[in-house]
Amino acid sequence: MLSNTGITLVILTTLLSVLIIYKSFTELHIENNLINKKIFNLVTFQTTFSILSFFVLIAGFIISDFSLVNVYENSHTKKPFFYKVSGAWGSHEGSLLLWINILVIFSFLFLVFTKHNNKSYLLYTLIFQNFLILGFLIFLLINSNPFSKIYPIPLEGLGLNPILQDPALAIHPPLLYIGFVGSSIYFSAGIASLISNCRDKFFAKSIKPWVLISWSFQTLGITAGSIWAYYELGWGGFWFWDPVENASLMPWFVITALMHSVIVLEKRNSIYSWVIILCLLTFTISVTGTFLVRSGILNSVHTFANDPSRGLYILIFLSLMIFLALAAFFRYSKKEEYNFFLKSKETLILANNWFMFFFLTSVMIGTLYPIILEVLNDTKISVGPPFYSAVIFPFVIPFLIFMALGPKINWIKNKYSRILSNFYILIASILLNLLVYFFFGKYSIISNLIIISSIFLIIHSVKDFFIFFKKKTESDISRIVSHLGFGMLILFIGISHNFTVENDFNLKVGEEKKFSGYQINFNSIRMENEKNYKKIIGEFKLVNLKSNLEEILYPEIRIYDQPETLTYEASIKTKLSADTYLTMSNISRSDYYNIKFQNKPFMIWIWISAILIASGGFIRLIKIKTQ
Amino acid sequence: MLTKKVKNRIIFLIVVIFIFIISIFFVLKSLNESILYFHTPTEINQKKNLSFDKKMRVGGMVKKKSILSDSKGVKFVITDLQNEIIVSYSGTVPNLFAEGKGVIAEGKLKDKKFFIADKILAKHDENYMPPEIKIKSGN
Repeated sequence: MLSNTGITLVILTTLLSVLIIYKSFTELHIENNLINKKIFNLVTFQTTFSILSFFVLIAGFIISDFSLVNVYENSHTKKPFFYKVSGAWGSHEGSLLLWINILVIFSFLFLVFTKHNNKSYLLYTLIFQNFLILGFLIFLLINSNPFSKIYPIPLEGLGLNPILQDPALAIHPPLLYIGFVGSSIYFSAGIASLISNCRDKFFAKSIKPWVLISWSFQTLGITAGSIWAYYELGWGGFWFWDPVENASLMPWFVITALMHSVIVLEKRNSIYSWVIILCLLTFTISVTGTFLVRSGILNSVHTFANDPSRGLYILIFLSLMIFLALAAFFRYSKKEEYNFFLKSKETLILANNWFMFFFLTSVMIGTLYPIILEVLNDTKISVGPPFYSAVIFPFVIPFLIFMALGPKINWIKNKYSRILSNFYILIASILLNLLVYFFFGKYSIISNLIIISSIFLIIHSVKDFFIFFKKKTESDISRIVSHLGFGMLILFIGISHNFTVENDFNLKVGEEKKFSGYQINFNSIRMENEKNYKKIIGEFKLVNLKSNLEEILYPEIRIYDQPETLTYEASIKTKLSADTYLTMSNISRSDYYNIKFQNKPFMIWIWISAILIASGGFIRLIKIKTQ
Repeated sequence: MLTKKVKNRIIFLIVVIFIFIISIFFVLKSLNESILYFHTPTEINQKKNLSFDKKMRVGGMVKKKSILSDSKGVKFVITDLQNEIIVSYSGTVPNLFAEGKGVIAEGKLKDKKFFIADKILAKHDENYMPPEIKIKSGN
């Protein structure tokens, strides 16, 4: 029943997108400034059907309809309601349907909200967006149908991998996908703008809100993924430079570059071709990332079920997409004159792009090099965190300083006049860095420089913030918030990276252990039953020997029945100043439990900073709306 | 003579190319220093010029009933169904570390039969098997 409804809705969506492409082409030849009402209606229907099909899938998960293979493989009757719903996008098939939904919704919103634009530009955008929608719909129908049936109908599902049953991970894919897939709309708009000759300022204005939306959501999505890794994986870190994580970071670099370049295009009517390249690149890299993750080519710890045949289709589709985009670009691009002065805001915004591309290239080399080497001479290697720290960290220092100084410089040409105030701020940051040094202890020169430059950026942003509240003119609150967030992010990552206290040891119940200023007592252990798992709860007393503070921590070992899996739940006590993090694991049912203890300063602030960065994008969006 | 504009442009290009080469060199150099080679127990057994002081990764399946743990740490055997290697490790093992499941150990070789790990990785997928073993065990 549900299967048929779902499939019908998906096929209707497919037919509608063919119809929209056809209608838009015929509409192009009609000399008229208004778009036919029929096209609006078609797009509205398409959006409705596509959303309905996704609701049908969610309904299948909620009522546990195991006649659907997808529900059977990823759900279970005893699973909590929330995770039944999130199971709908937990699998490959479901997430592809979500992907298509976002494509469709963005095309609908773009059409509705960009009313006063050039007609042929809008129609071409719609055509290309629908080609993308069609491509993914065909992929869904021939290879990854979420509504496939199974017979005989199983009585019980296989269950969702327990480590995916986490609130942060439940919202992680939708957030990330809005970022990834949202970039499709300016991919389509980019090609449309080339063909319809609707360029420059006008184009910049029309894509800016979409760039901001996808950028903000992608920032939040990456943050949610990191939070999940921190809470759930039990090793206390949140970023591993794993290929799958890198695949989500690479598009972020390009969107960030795009977001800054669009401002130059809007204000100075320049670098149009570069903005187009970035528009095309963002979505291409997003799809490439998905291709690498889904095909299983990348050797990652976050490997979920995957299938090479999926990869092949995405690869063909991707090559076609890149080829068409490049063809359109070379066919229609025009030569441009650049007249930039070195000391101008445009130059510094482009400096942001240089850095973004440097980061992008290094992450890309680190991610792809193992694959290339394996193809060339069958050696398997992995590139670990040391590579990224060595390559990226040194460049973060000038990057932060440019971030602080760039926004202060005028458009077109600037004379430096604020050298003295910058000097004071630099002195203040060095002093604050010394304070960190005395409070926490020694750390490397490069960390010192990173912390100094991040404090430099923070002070600058805070200063701008006060100026904004005094004058309420000129200064740009969204930029200040995002830059402040970034400065804080780097500062707190720097501090927590350098000053985490960590210890691993094995203990039996009743034993105690002393190390570097802490004492841990393993008090007791008990067992409890939950809805879909049993849990073993350990009780630990943690004493900070310096301040004599006592804390009780309860890490858990969970034994899920469906599928039968062990997970270790960390016990995390979050305070504004630091997180204490304790995991307990048991190896092959011996009396000894392995305990991992960490004290991580300012962890909560890392999440706050990341959310601050994203909220800058949302603030700008609201500002555009109210103008 | 070159005009001032052309001169500026040439200088700019040279600087850009110079920075580009420097950064690529820098990237490749750190890449070379921080790559970890991945071996199976059989490869370790057969290879002649293994380095004993460079970190590497060893992957395979945790041999059934081979896990021993005491107050210092844990010892287990990684097998690829042809050869085996003993791994000693102290620290937390990941969620899905278990007998008969795929595992990757990161650390240094002591000799061809003994590996001292400082990190244990396991895949998030409970049904995951390293591709090498999948082929050999025929499923």
